[in-house]
Amino acid sequence: MVQSLGYLKETPSQTAGPYVHIGCTPNFADITGVYPSDLGSSMVNERTLGDRITVTGRVIDGAGSPLKDALVEVWQADASGLYNSPAEMRGTADPNFTGWGRCASDGQTGVYSFETIKPGRAPFRDGRKMAPHITFWIVARGINIGLHTRMYFPEEVEANAADPLLMRIEHRHRVLTMVATREGSVYNFDIHLQGEKETVFLDI
Amino acid sequence: MTDFSNRKPETGAFFPRDRGWHAPGLTPGYKTSVLRSPQKALLSLDGTISEITGPVFGHSMLGELDNDLIHNFAKSGESAIGERIIVHGRVLDERARPVPGALLEFWQANAGGRYRHKKESYLAPLDPNFGGCGRTITDENGFYSFRTIKPGPYPWPNGVNDWRPAHIHFSVFGHGFAQRLITQMYFEGDPMIWKCPIVATIPDRAAIEQLIAPLDWANTIPMDARAYKFDIVLRGRRSTLFENRMEGN
Repeated sequence: MVQSLGYLKETPSQTAGPYVHIGCTPNFADITGVYPSDLGSSMVNERTLGDRITVTGRVIDGAGSPLKDALVEVWQADASGLYNSPAEMRGTADPNFTGWGRCASDGQTGVYSFETIKPGRAPFRDGRKMAPHITFWIVARGINIGLHTRMYFPEEVEANAADPLLMRIEHRHRVLTMVATREGSVYNFDIHLQGEKETVFLDI
Repeated sequence: MTDFSNRKPETGAFFPRDRGWHAPGLTPGYKTSVLRSPQKALLSLDGTISEITGPVFGHSMLGELDNDLIHNFAKSGESAIGERIIVHGRVLDERARPVPGALLEFWQANAGGRYRHKKESYLAPLDPNFGGCGRTITDENGFYSFRTIKPGPYPWPNGVNDWRPAHIHFSVFGHGFAQRLITQMYFEGDPMIWKCPIVATIPDRAAIEQLIAPLDWANTIPMDARAYKFDIVLRGRRSTLFENRMEGN
């Protein structure tokens, strides 16, 4: 006999279903008067430090159709690369930046959109700097367990080339699936769930 | 955002997710998963600061009725129709440690199985006093509770005669973004559980049973509401003993 490790099993995931908005963005679902506003609908205020950007795009299925019932969440560092989280031990993040946002994709077009700031660089576990990035988590009807990925910035050519995560992608042409396209301060990041353009998803 | 000032934050990476315990992406019995599941392997990555951190929410954001679905959408003096229940439990991590300050959001159909959502067309009527959303944050010891009415089963266009078992959806935030979880709670003894293609996406019966809340007779409030107990387990954090970091166990 050996000692028991005593670990519990993680509660298994289930799909968020088509009515995820009722619970996560009730005002978007026209259930008003319960919460003053939908959680995560605003990440910045007028005092937030950093370069203002818009991050927008669609989540696209294996037949090429945008999902009109997806829920997208983002998590990112502030302009100096610090996270607004109790587990951030390197310093205090910008108190005027939540770092977390949530957006339901539009019921007609499937477009999601975040008003945020460009994140600074944060270190990988071994101290190397990661390129600036935004962490994404996507749930929807038909997705049994939330999908994690990251969005990187196209102008960060050198930083992206040395990014410890991007460097691990074996099929090099797939690196581009994690890099947004840019027009001024607007970054477009389409997430392809399956097929030729399939986004690299992470087991983190 | 809040801080638990008397508690040292945990900063280790999370245990790897047991992907054989969770449902795979592709589960053809649940038809929508066919075109919405990645076909390529996930890229494995030991958690970095981007995933071991995550947003934490303060109790101050909660309204008085946020955890009372019987009343939070009802007209003054009225209440939702249905079986009055309390759902309560604890959020723990895989090391069986309580997770304080975890934000839980829940949503559900009404007693007749009808959701308040513009894309829902089931012929069962809406309850004018029931919205179907609620939220709460776990206390210092990881406990949570809310009041609601027991949702009804409802039909959905998957197979020709598929019905969801009565269920409540849960969205859970732990302390790290890698712990982010959405799941569904089912009710003890419901024969519909074992007929459901969404339940059946989970390969292991023991994993399914982790989603079934037992009737908690001891916590039933006489002449008011019955209780169901639903504990939630989030990913645990690894010790940081042998890693090049300032903080240890």
